[in-house]
Amino acid sequence: MTRFLARRLLNYLVLLVLASFLTFGLASLSFHPLDSLLQRNPRPPQSSIQAKSDELGLDKPIPIRYTHWLSNAVRGDFGTTVAGQPVADQLWGRIGVSLRLVFIGSVIGAVLGVVIGAWSAIRQYRLSDRVITVLCLLVLSTPTFVIANLLILGALRVNSVFGVHVFEYIGESSSTLGGDAWSQFVDRLQHLVLPTLTLALGAIAGYSRYQRNAMLDVLGQDFIRTARAKGLTRRRALFKHGLRTALIPMTTLFAYGVSGLVTGAVFTEKIFGWHGMGEWVVQGIATQDINIVAAVTVFTGATVLLGGLLSDIIYAALDPRVRVQ
Amino acid sequence: MSEPVTTTSSATAKSGVDVANFASRRTLVWRRFLSNRPAVVALAILALLFIGCYTLPPLLPYNYTDLDYLALQQPPTLKHWFGTNALGQDLLAQTLRGMQKSMLIGLCVALVSTVIAATVGAIAGYFGGWRDRALMWLVDLLLVVPSFILIAIVTPSLGQAARVFWLIVLFSIFGWMISSRMVRGLTMSLREREFVTAARYMGVSNTKIIVRHIVPNVASILIIDTVLNVGLAIIGETGLSFLGFGVQPPDVSLGTLIADGTKSATTFPWVFMFPAGMLVTIVLCANLIGDGLRDALDPDSRPPRRGKKK
Repeated sequence: MTRFLARRLLNYLVLLVLASFLTFGLASLSFHPLDSLLQRNPRPPQSSIQAKSDELGLDKPIPIRYTHWLSNAVRGDFGTTVAGQPVADQLWGRIGVSLRLVFIGSVIGAVLGVVIGAWSAIRQYRLSDRVITVLCLLVLSTPTFVIANLLILGALRVNSVFGVHVFEYIGESSSTLGGDAWSQFVDRLQHLVLPTLTLALGAIAGYSRYQRNAMLDVLGQDFIRTARAKGLTRRRALFKHGLRTALIPMTTLFAYGVSGLVTGAVFTEKIFGWHGMGEWVVQGIATQDINIVAAVTVFTGATVLLGGLLSDIIYAALDPRVRVQ
Repeated sequence: MSEPVTTTSSATAKSGVDVANFASRRTLVWRRFLSNRPAVVALAILALLFIGCYTLPPLLPYNYTDLDYLALQQPPTLKHWFGTNALGQDLLAQTLRGMQKSMLIGLCVALVSTVIAATVGAIAGYFGGWRDRALMWLVDLLLVVPSFILIAIVTPSLGQAARVFWLIVLFSIFGWMISSRMVRGLTMSLREREFVTAARYMGVSNTKIIVRHIVPNVASILIIDTVLNVGLAIIGETGLSFLGFGVQPPDVSLGTLIADGTKSATTFPWVFMFPAGMLVTIVLCANLIGDGLRDALDPDSRPPRRGKKK
C-alpha cells in the first residue's frame, strides 16, 4: 500500500515538472512581456527595458530560462510580475482563496453527487429519478459562466424580496469588514454561498450521472441477489455491497473532476470578483506575464495531482485487490 | 458493441433464411433512435438552428455590425426581435453570427479530436508495450495541466485572420485524451477476439487490422463521443471568448455576446438571456442526441426496465 502510493507520488512529481515546463515553454514562445513596457506613454528609457529583458533572460534559450526559474521556484522565489512585484507576495493569499473554493466545491459536489446518483438509481424510472436526470442534463449543458450569472440574477430577486442582502456576489468579504468574529464569519459565509454553489452544481450533476450508471450496473449483479437471499435487509445489501462497489469506478473520475473544478474556478473567481489564482491567470495572460502563468500552472497541476493522489487512496481503501498486489 | 460488425451475410443466406426480410443493423439503430422522442426533437431543433443561423442573416434588414441609433438598449420589439444592445446593434443578427462561429468550431473540434482519440487509443490498445506506456503517459501529462489554461496561453499570439481555424486546431489538440482512454480499453479486449487473431494469422498487416477490424467495432463509441464532444467544444470555445481570449471583436461569438450581456444583465436582461439561452439550447440538444445515440447503438448500456428480465 505504501509502496503503491509512493510510486504514484513519484510519477505525479515527474508529471508536475514536465507540465510546468510545457506551460513555461508555451508561454515563453507566445508572450511578448516587454510589450506592456514599450506601449507605455511616455516610453520608459531603453536601459530599464533592457534591465527587464535581462531579468527575464529573454536572450537565452527557453530550457536555460526554465531551469533558472525552476531552481528559484523550488526555493520559493517565483520571479517578479511584469509590473515589478514579486509573484510570491500575492501567491499564498490567492492560493488560500482558490483552495477554499475548489475544496468546498469538490467535497460538496462529490458527496451530494454520489448520494443523489445512488438514490436515483435505486428509484429508477420513478418520478424522482426522471426529475433528477432531466435537471442533471440541464445543469451539465449550462456553462459555468451562465450558471453564475443566473444565480446572481436569482440572488438579486431574493434580496429585493427580503429587503436585506441575504446573498452577496461581489468579492469574498465586504470591504467595510469589522465587528466581532461572528459577524465577520456570517459576512464571509454570505459571500461564499453563491460562488461555491456555482462550482458545486456542475460537479453534483456530473458525479450523480456517473454514480447512477455505476450503481445500476452493480444492482443487476448476482452478489446483490445473494446478499438479499442470505437474509440481509434491502438497506444493508444496497449500502454495504452495492454502494461500496459502485464507488470504485467513481474514484478515477474524482481526479478528472478536480481538474474541471479548477477550470470552473477561473470563471467563478472572475465573475464574483474573488482575487484567487483563476482570476490571476486571466490577468497574467492579458498582461503577457510568464511568471504569473507558470506559478498558477504549478498550483493547478499540484491541485489536480493532489486530487489524483486522494482518489488513489480512496481507491485502495475501497478495493482490496489493489492492496494485495 | 455486443457483436462484431460483419460486412457479409453469406452465412445466413446459406442457412436458408430469407435475408431480405432481416432489418440491417443500420435500420435497427435508426428505428431505435427514432423511438427516443427527446433525441429526435433535439435533432430537429439543432438542424433548424444550424440551417437558420446560416440562411437567416442575409434576409434580415440588419447586419451584425450595423448600428441603429434610434433604438439603443431596447427590449425585444417587432423590428428587433431579440432587442438591441447599448450601441444599437441588433441582437438577433449578432446572436446568429455568434451561433455560426460556435457551432462550426464545436462540430470541427469534435470531429478532429475524435479522429485523434481513435488513432491514439487504437494504437495504444492494439500494440501495447512501449507504445501503450508512452501514449498513456502523454495522456496523463495533458490531463494534469488544465488544457483550458494552455489554450488561453497560446491565443494571444494567434493572428486575427485565421483565428477560428487555429481555435479549432488548439481545442482538438487538447480535447482527445479521455476518449482515447476509452478506445484503448475497448481495443485491448478486441485484440484477443478470434476474428482479429484469424486476420493476424492470415498475414493481414497491423494497419489494415486496425482500420478494418478494430475501428469499425469501436465505431459506436466514437459516434456517441463525437456528438457529446460537440457540446464540450462549444462550452470551451464560448468560455475562452467569454474571458476575452477567443474570438476577438469586431467579430462576435456567443461567448463575447454573453460577456457583454453580463455587464448589464441585471438591468437589461435580454442582452444576456438571448445569447445564453441559445448557447444552452445548442449544448442541451447535442447532449440529448448523444444520449439517444448511445441508447440506439448500444442497447446493452441501458439497464433493463423494472419488471423485465434480461
